[in-house]
Amino acid sequence: MVQEQEALIERIVHDLGPDGTHVMDVARAVSKRFGYIPNSAIPTIARHLQLSPVEVRDMITFYGHLSTDPLGTTVVRLCNAVVENMMGAGEVAAAFERETGIRFGETTSDGEISLRYTACMGLSDQAPSALINDVPFTGIHPELVQEIVRGIRAGLNLTTLPGSGVRHNLKKPGEIIFRRSMEHGAAIDKLLGVSREEALEEIKRSGMRGAGGAGFPAGKKWELCKNASGDKHYVICNADEGEPGTFKDRVLLAYNAHQVFEGMTIAAYVVGATEGIVYLRDEYDYLRGHLERVLEERREKGVLGDTIRSYQKFSFDIRIEVGAGSYVVGEESALIESLEGKRAAPRERPPFPVQRGYLSQPTIVSNVETFTSAAAVIERGAEWFRSFGTDKSPGTKLLSVSGDVQQPGVYEIEYGTTIRTVLHLVGARNAQAVQIGGASGRCLSSGGFERRIAFEDVPTGGSFIVFGPGRDVLEYMRQFIEFFAEESCGWCTPCRVGTTLLSRFMDRLVAGEATRGDLDRAIEMCDTIRNASRCGLGITAPNPLLTSLESMPELYERRLSAESYAPQFDLGAELRAGAAAANRPAPQGM
Amino acid sequence: MAKSIVATGHFTGCFGCHMSLLDIDERILELVELVEFDKSPINDKKEFDRPVDIGIIEGGVSNEENVEVLRAFRANCRILVAIGACALTGGVPAMRNTVPLRECLEEAFVTGPTVVDGMIPNDPELPILLERVHPCRDLVKIDYEIPGCPPSADALWEALSALLEGREPVLSYEQLKYD
Ligand SMILES: Cc1cc2nc3c(=O)[nH]c(=O)nc-3n(C[C@H](O)[C@H](O)[C@H](O)COP(=O)(O)O)c2cc1C
Ligand code: SF4
Ligand code: SF4
Repeated sequence: MVQEQEALIERIVHDLGPDGTHVMDVARAVSKRFGYIPNSAIPTIARHLQLSPVEVRDMITFYGHLSTDPLGTTVVRLCNAVVENMMGAGEVAAAFERETGIRFGETTSDGEISLRYTACMGLSDQAPSALINDVPFTGIHPELVQEIVRGIRAGLNLTTLPGSGVRHNLKKPGEIIFRRSMEHGAAIDKLLGVSREEALEEIKRSGMRGAGGAGFPAGKKWELCKNASGDKHYVICNADEGEPGTFKDRVLLAYNAHQVFEGMTIAAYVVGATEGIVYLRDEYDYLRGHLERVLEERREKGVLGDTIRSYQKFSFDIRIEVGAGSYVVGEESALIESLEGKRAAPRERPPFPVQRGYLSQPTIVSNVETFTSAAAVIERGAEWFRSFGTDKSPGTKLLSVSGDVQQPGVYEIEYGTTIRTVLHLVGARNAQAVQIGGASGRCLSSGGFERRIAFEDVPTGGSFIVFGPGRDVLEYMRQFIEFFAEESCGWCTPCRVGTTLLSRFMDRLVAGEATRGDLDRAIEMCDTIRNASRCGLGITAPNPLLTSLESMPELYERRLSAESYAPQFDLGAELRAGAAAANRPAPQGM
Repeated sequence: MAKSIVATGHFTGCFGCHMSLLDIDERILELVELVEFDKSPINDKKEFDRPVDIGIIEGGVSNEENVEVLRAFRANCRILVAIGACALTGGVPAMRNTVPLRECLEEAFVTGPTVVDGMIPNDPELPILLERVHPCRDLVKIDYEIPGCPPSADALWEALSALLEGREPVLSYEQLKYD
């Protein structure tokens, strides 16, 4: 096997070049071939890429989908995110355990099947879902599991098994993003008649804001990048879509990739970039073939590649890089670290990516949807764009709607739409609460349903999860916080330790064991985490607790223990372990 | 005015917090005017024999004896003040919580590079270790927590004088800033 590893690594490095930034490609290839990354491969990868083995190991062990422990030939990654659990992932998990005879986290003794949990995979509209090797399975119910496991054992092609495949649930196209497929090059043609400055002005006039969550004005970002000095400029499309409950980028890439690439090309023209990268999450690897074909088609049509539209001075090409399972990598500076072949730990800022991003050069990182809107702005003009949405949030927004609704899927709505209108549209009657913006967003109860989706009121990256009547909302808040504790990159102590302590508090709260004093301390902890964390993960990690406490304090009142103090200590168990370690009899009667 | 009765306790810590208490320097003369010291490692009084107003405790809880003494502090003190990282979070000793207890003991007493003919201590006189080191509040209700490793003498003085005067202690930013 060692020789085979060596040959494989040598071949990939030969194709890509002996450059440390390619460590992800190499690691993914090795993992794909052997099912995991054998420890013996690490020094080989390091040698070929001129890195130290520690750097390679550091990078590999960071990502959820890369493993240095042997895994089964087939790896079932069942999603256990909030919506999936609402839709019965627990029963599906039990069925997998029953059929395989192992627990999640284990591998069958014949090395055939491993069972693992994974975070939200962008399939909440068709939950429960799983990724089996590279193949997505959706709408899984316990009765299907037997057939799936039999199929795996019989060595059948996974794509022929029941439940495999993804539906692209576009429920409501709007005017800007899903209007119709834009003619290839329609926006680019407009562009080449004007200067870079004029194109930038148009974007600025449109008032367009980033769709990745924070709503940073796109024109401002482009201008900062354009004006920053560097040897090269880069345009990166953030297709990591890791926020629990969002899947609109998946649908956008499946239906309207042309317009995404058109937008990236426009950004490249404005900032003067020749290279663009799409960072695609591992969970969307199945879209890669489609995206490569669209890119190829664009090259053939002369709207991508050298001398775009025979315009001698403008060439720009796009490549796709695939991640390996991490939430924090969606943070723009972490994403750049990952593209440079490192663990995805967010950088200290400033400098911001627009000043010093990929390979220390000025870089735009924007969401898939932002590029799509940018193409529409250039094609149809800023005035037209501003006729949608609100003054401070012009345009439309894609919502990924899931949970207790009749019609889960993607909806393009105008900014300024009330939550109540959306609930009506998606068929959610009697909603108890809505989680807007995913785990990092906010939980609103019916008192907040007149509020509007817009950066000046309720901002969102696009996740819209509905909790129907009877749902135990605090249990889902607990799961969100557990998710942050799991995904923290660990750099900042307040985030690393704080999210774990919050997670333990939520466990006790849901079990009815937390006291008022515990809640007060947890709120204090939230403050520390928010104020002392480096990146958005830590800054937003307390949100599930704080926003649900604000909108539904009665849920907490009901759950808090009546005791003023409750010990968290089991003396008998603690002493048994201690006595056993010292080979002494455990004390009696304590 | 009757003097307040103060006790201090030491569990799994390094005595640094007690040292910091002594660092109040000449203010100790003021303190002696205000309080009467009861059970404390400083005077080596072993048992509680009367109600105590304020108990000040250092260190986390790592063994059988710590548990017993901490519970005695709670039972006998009107106000219980935990001081220092060890008492509040387990602190440095809690680093062993990431390693199974038996493995820790084996490394320290049997397989460690400097050990010759070692064995895991099992004398019945020794208190049995807990599986994990705990902060004091896991076991008993704590009324005030003063962070720091150790908390500065000024922070301790502020807390103590406030409690003696019946005020709520308020620690300033400077008293909570450690770098
Ligand atoms: C923990 C974390 C995860 C993020 N994940 C994503 C993501 O999956 N997709 C995304 O577009 N932005 C994500 N962001 C926001 C990015 O950092 C960045 O702001 C965004 O890509 C900018 O795009 P925009 O200007 O188009 O909004 C994330 C931020 C944080 C802090
Ligand atoms: S806030 Fe959390 S995720 Fe972000 S850099 Fe710090 S430790 Fe990492
Ligand atoms: S908190 Fe610091 S000074 Fe106090 S006992 Fe612990 S280690 Fe020593």
